[in-house]
Amino acid sequence: MTGEGHMPTEIIVNGVRHAVDAEPEAPLLSVLRDDLELTGTKYGCGEGQCGACTVLIDGAPAHSCITRLASVAGKRITTIEGLAAGGRLHPVQEAFLHAGAMQCGYCTAGMIVASAGLLASNPNPSEAQIKQALEGNICRCGTYPRIVGAVRMAARSGGPHA
Amino acid sequence: MLDRREFLGTVGGGIVVLLVPEGAAAQQRDAAHNPFPPELEAWLHIDETGAVTVFTGKVEVGQGVRASLAQAVAEELRTPVAGVRLVMGDTALTPYDMGTFGSRSTPYMAPQLRKAGATARELLLDLAAEKWNADRATLVASGGAVADPKTAKVVSYGALAAGRKLVHTIPGEVALTPADRWKVLGTPLPKADATAIVTGALHYPSDMTRPGMLHGKIVRPASFGAKLASVDTSKAEAMPGVKVVRDGDFLGVIAPHPRLAARAAAAISAQWTEVPQPSNADLFEYLRHNMEATARPEVEQGSVEKALSEAEVKLTETYTVAYIAHCPLEPRAAVAEWNDGDVTAWTGSQRPFGVRSELAEEFGIPEQRVHVIVPDTGSGYGGKHSGEAAIEAARLSKAAGKPVKVVWTRQEEFTWAYFRPAGVIEIHSAATKAGAITSWEHLNINSGPAAIRHAYDIPNQRVTFQPARSPLRQGSYRSLAAAANTFARETHIDELAHAVGADPLEFRLANTKDERFRAVLRAAAERFGWGKQKGCGIAAGWDKGSYVATCAAVSIVDGKVRVDRVVEAFECGAIVNPDGLENQVTGAIIQGLGGALFEAIEFAKGRILNSRLARYRVPRQSDVPPIETVLLNRKDLPSAGAGETPIIGIAPAIGNAIFSATGTRLRSLPLKSTEPRP
Repeated sequence: MTGEGHMPTEIIVNGVRHAVDAEPEAPLLSVLRDDLELTGTKYGCGEGQCGACTVLIDGAPAHSCITRLASVAGKRITTIEGLAAGGRLHPVQEAFLHAGAMQCGYCTAGMIVASAGLLASNPNPSEAQIKQALEGNICRCGTYPRIVGAVRMAARSGGPHA
Repeated sequence: MLDRREFLGTVGGGIVVLLVPEGAAAQQRDAAHNPFPPELEAWLHIDETGAVTVFTGKVEVGQGVRASLAQAVAEELRTPVAGVRLVMGDTALTPYDMGTFGSRSTPYMAPQLRKAGATARELLLDLAAEKWNADRATLVASGGAVADPKTAKVVSYGALAAGRKLVHTIPGEVALTPADRWKVLGTPLPKADATAIVTGALHYPSDMTRPGMLHGKIVRPASFGAKLASVDTSKAEAMPGVKVVRDGDFLGVIAPHPRLAARAAAAISAQWTEVPQPSNADLFEYLRHNMEATARPEVEQGSVEKALSEAEVKLTETYTVAYIAHCPLEPRAAVAEWNDGDVTAWTGSQRPFGVRSELAEEFGIPEQRVHVIVPDTGSGYGGKHSGEAAIEAARLSKAAGKPVKVVWTRQEEFTWAYFRPAGVIEIHSAATKAGAITSWEHLNINSGPAAIRHAYDIPNQRVTFQPARSPLRQGSYRSLAAAANTFARETHIDELAHAVGADPLEFRLANTKDERFRAVLRAAAERFGWGKQKGCGIAAGWDKGSYVATCAAVSIVDGKVRVDRVVEAFECGAIVNPDGLENQVTGAIIQGLGGALFEAIEFAKGRILNSRLARYRVPRQSDVPPIETVLLNRKDLPSAGAGETPIIGIAPAIGNAIFSATGTRLRSLPLKSTEPRP
């Protein structure tokens, strides 16, 4: 894409293999948005502080804006576009809808992906654990209490987690 | 007046209702602008499928107006809210609108849209009566259809609109459904487009693309006011596909890929001639010494001089507020493209028509050659009134001859947008020993006049806003200066209550007869369990037709303030969307925690020193205490806006609670500026 003659890097995004022609140090966020046109993952700060860019890397939440492309070669990446399975929303997506856990919605993708990652490793987190897991995700509109409520709701629903 | 055939040509058939204020319909249309008369505020279209489309220049930035305005139309039109679509913030499709700010959508736009809905409903009843040759008075509009209970006939709005070409304006008097009979308004409605948001499918301004689009990056000056002295662009220009654009002090690059644009911009070596700039270390002295022409008092009554000279209890204190950043999670972004001398820009802004004017002025073209489209945007809070990114994208697009996208970095947003004004507020007051406030002098230097008037009954007053030359670029911020003026006033009221030995709640109630003000105070205090507990504070305010009272409980842990609990009562007339309202009120309290406790822009030598989220904390999960909201529903009062005023009570409530906990009075925002000890 940027024409500097690197070896393509293979990554698996939402179950699809991509050979990405980008510099190894390219931020994964930019690769997702600008090379693969997956714009559901958002830019908020570029310094790993706001969580708008959260994706799952082999199931674990990570800030894609400070993740270099080379570091995820061959790894499985899940973005907000890949959470729904078989035409059904992920339980966390359902819960965010049900709880109305958004205002402008710009942080929502990162919140949902981070929450899905939490529930995958801890299906029944306490409120304190939810807040701790989402401490790196900023909602500037201040929807935090509803977000915690949505994650608890998703946990109670006991559905399959990413 | 609008050419009706031309208008219908643009929308096809059906029924159109235009919102033209009374008396304006006869005025001449301004042919130079868009196909609408300049007075037109919004319009509504019902097509032959029954789909209802509302065209309004308001924008959705997270405040939920896409849902609440649809409710307003659905209520009066008697149609399911899901069938009402809003086209918003598009200067070619929607009539002129000043902007989405000042809590104006609910008190001004919503009633107008309700009138349009009611007018359309009455028209549909006329059409059905004519069709069936029935007694119009017996017909019922409901669920997107007209029914005749006598004959059990039903006809959908779509069938009534089919084959019609009707354009109506709202008649002078339209009866609106009173709040106690609302069925759609007053009920919770989820955010519009929520499914697209949770799946990542909603396209925000920074997600926009156009065929053949290139990417731009601006090379920013070293500091505010710096001039470009010399520049070496050779390394950037040697990069394949990169073009450098220089025009005076404007320096930008265009490239086929955003990462290449960023690399090219970084490869440019520019020397800037800087100019001396103040720093935040001497900010408040600077503001005092840089006041603009003498200000006229907003309120002047009785004699504060006489009252002070006769006072039993006197108090003089100074309060300050820092510059803070809006920090919308989506930074400024725009895509612009030129076609035959016309420019189109997609951008996130609270003022699409303001951005249109900025673009027209920048490029010396008439406004009808500029088209601005505002997709639903990743928040604003008053911080996106301007069109910088759109202008930058348009400049680069003009040079490239192709569409160009510009997305600001967080650092750019922190540095090159504008801030909530800093300010110095001086209050001189007097009271009787028995607790009646007798004199009030309030001088706000620089931060603004919003909510500088108050609800207390004080016979002698002088209340003044004094503009000053701000060292930083400043502008609107959620509630404007209402947060600053309310912080100073409600802190001072608390000080005065303690000076006369009165309970802060009782002191407030004793000094106001405003029933709405008293009602929120009582409601917040009751839910909170206001009493004699240590570490509790209360504050109240009023602005833009709504009232707020906030109680906070704090404790001091390791020398730091911890907010343990917040209760806020809020009253904005008849509640339109209780779910959206609760979300706005809670969100405002949480956003207000940042300005109360830790947000402050640091600057020196024309640079922002904390232009990163790692160095500028905004509220996070761990900052959020248990919050309870009490929403008072006054169905007998018109609905007021609710996006702003709920933010104004939290800072003084916390400050007053800190005093209660520690005996230390903090008079600066953020409140961390001194270290309270238990």
